[in-house]
Amino acid sequence: MATSDLKPKDPDLYRRIDPATGEYRVIAPGQTFKSVTEKIVRIVLTPDTPLGWFAIFSVGGAFATVLLVAVTWLFLKGTGIWAVTQPVAWGFAIINFVWWIGIGHAGTLISAILLLFKQGWRNSINRFAEAMTIFAVVCAGLFPLIHIGRPWLGYWLLPYPNSMNVWPQFRSPLLWDVFAVSTYATISVVFWYIGMVPDFGTMRDRAQSQVAQYFYGLLSLGWRGSVRHWMRYETASLLLAGLATPLVLSVHTVISFDFAVAILPGWHTTIFPPYFVAGAIYSGFAMVLTLAIPLRKFYHLEGLVTERHIDNMGKVMLATGFIVAYGYGMEVFMAWYSASHWEAFMMWNRMFGLMGWSYWVLVTCNLAIPLTTLWSRKLRTSIPFMFFISIVVNTGMWFERFVIVVTSLTRDFLPSSWGTYRATRWDYAIYVGTLGLFTALFLLFVRFLPMIPMNEIRMMLPGAKIGPKITPKAAAKAGD
Amino acid sequence: MLAEFDTPSDLVRAAQQARLDGWRRMDCYTPYPVEEAAEAIGFHRNKVPLVTLVGGLMGLTAMFSMETWVSVLAYPLNIAGRPTYSWPAFIVPAYEWTILFAGLSAAFGMLALNGLPTLYHPLFNAPNFRDGATTDKFFLCLEALDPKFDLVATRAYLASFSPLSVVEVEY
Repeated sequence: MATSDLKPKDPDLYRRIDPATGEYRVIAPGQTFKSVTEKIVRIVLTPDTPLGWFAIFSVGGAFATVLLVAVTWLFLKGTGIWAVTQPVAWGFAIINFVWWIGIGHAGTLISAILLLFKQGWRNSINRFAEAMTIFAVVCAGLFPLIHIGRPWLGYWLLPYPNSMNVWPQFRSPLLWDVFAVSTYATISVVFWYIGMVPDFGTMRDRAQSQVAQYFYGLLSLGWRGSVRHWMRYETASLLLAGLATPLVLSVHTVISFDFAVAILPGWHTTIFPPYFVAGAIYSGFAMVLTLAIPLRKFYHLEGLVTERHIDNMGKVMLATGFIVAYGYGMEVFMAWYSASHWEAFMMWNRMFGLMGWSYWVLVTCNLAIPLTTLWSRKLRTSIPFMFFISIVVNTGMWFERFVIVVTSLTRDFLPSSWGTYRATRWDYAIYVGTLGLFTALFLLFVRFLPMIPMNEIRMMLPGAKIGPKITPKAAAKAGD
Repeated sequence: MLAEFDTPSDLVRAAQQARLDGWRRMDCYTPYPVEEAAEAIGFHRNKVPLVTLVGGLMGLTAMFSMETWVSVLAYPLNIAGRPTYSWPAFIVPAYEWTILFAGLSAAFGMLALNGLPTLYHPLFNAPNFRDGATTDKFFLCLEALDPKFDLVATRAYLASFSPLSVVEVEY
């Protein structure tokens, strides 16, 4: 169904649809270089912060404080305050780690892969999607660090010459993880910062107060927009995008190796890498929507983050959702086809065992609701519905990790070593705490940094077209 | 000498013309990348890809040789009789470091080639530069180091492109 078939009586709709393609416009008409700049800069350089910002920030900050308390208590008492024990030695910490890092993946996908594919619509959303990536990686990275029991010895993970004469084991996927996640965090931060440098230049020049000029001036590194600089900048951005693309695919692959290399039924499978990556992108796009929908509403960015973005993100979720569905289907198929009764029991236990309810939550949230409804363009462009779907998918993806980690570990080969898992209040406190930390960091980003890349938006405006018209003087010169 | 234009097309035309007329020490300043302007002033290729390649190869070599050295010489571990030089397992960290080093080289190499950070530049003294160069105006700068430069003649020359303004930048 083309957009043009939709609600033809709404005159406002025509303004928002590009007649050339029949799609929603990426940027609402009537924007100029100046208006775009003003709009984005004003959010940051305003002396009065909206009250809503303080309200949400205080909620996020309160939960971040819960995290601080929980982590302090953890350091004092040890991981015994969590529910992790034998046989479930990987509880919430790993579930949350995988969940958060998966969320981060959509940011890199939007900023890198869609840049390489020349998807112009990504420009409005890539900056805050990248910010989301970084804050998600911050939350994710916390979990393995506090899970190692003695976090003050975390540096033992790194290969460095030490008096014990001990070196890390490079054949272990857990060590691969150290390199994958640290590289991912570093490259994400660099890509994000480099992307902002020219916008910091704009902020420096727009700022009224001395402090802001000084602050953004330092951050901009003295960017002055020379076209020579721009060309090197463009090359570097493309290269970074080209490097981030295999990186984003490799990070969740390596994380899935943590599971797949083990021999545990339900983990020991070759479908894990693609299935984890697709799941990561699925949940990541859901999180981008969760953030983008309130942002465009509160900051009146409907002209820059349009229905087109929401619609396209819905499409990406639909596609990755089906890859995830294939992964689930293949797990069930292999449980039967492997003819291994361990595998068959694992699947039976996952669906109908003690924790069977979690499997059905995941099927409902990840497959039943989104994959039936996201087909409809009407629903994909309905803002409240997409917000709802984004929450549903995020929940579903969290449960996916819960199912993988917990159901497999509670029922392994020997019934004598079976156990159960019931998260403690500290498990919940840390999880909710990272949600608070994420919210607080994201709000700080929205308040102090340009959340939409101005230079990339300018490039997409009609004014950026180089006209074929040649002045008479130049024509005369070219002639002789 | 700095000429200010309202649209990128005007800037590109002026830059092309100036290049045709023999100007070499010049630069354009735009609020977003204008590839045509770079072509117009004769800036076609840059060294960022080379720097990135070298960085990536360094990361690859560094990590792979460290893994080999650690696993074979410094701390050989016998895990179920597997060979100490188990290179397939070394691919993953080596791959990550290739990306890490290449990415850092691309980013910092770009900044270094651009001569950034340079917090001060004479252009910032021009009255209209900071108002427009990073927002919505397009600038062509003919530099005094060019042999064709002459204070009066250059101003007249730039004015012939009918820009919004022509100003002299104190150096």
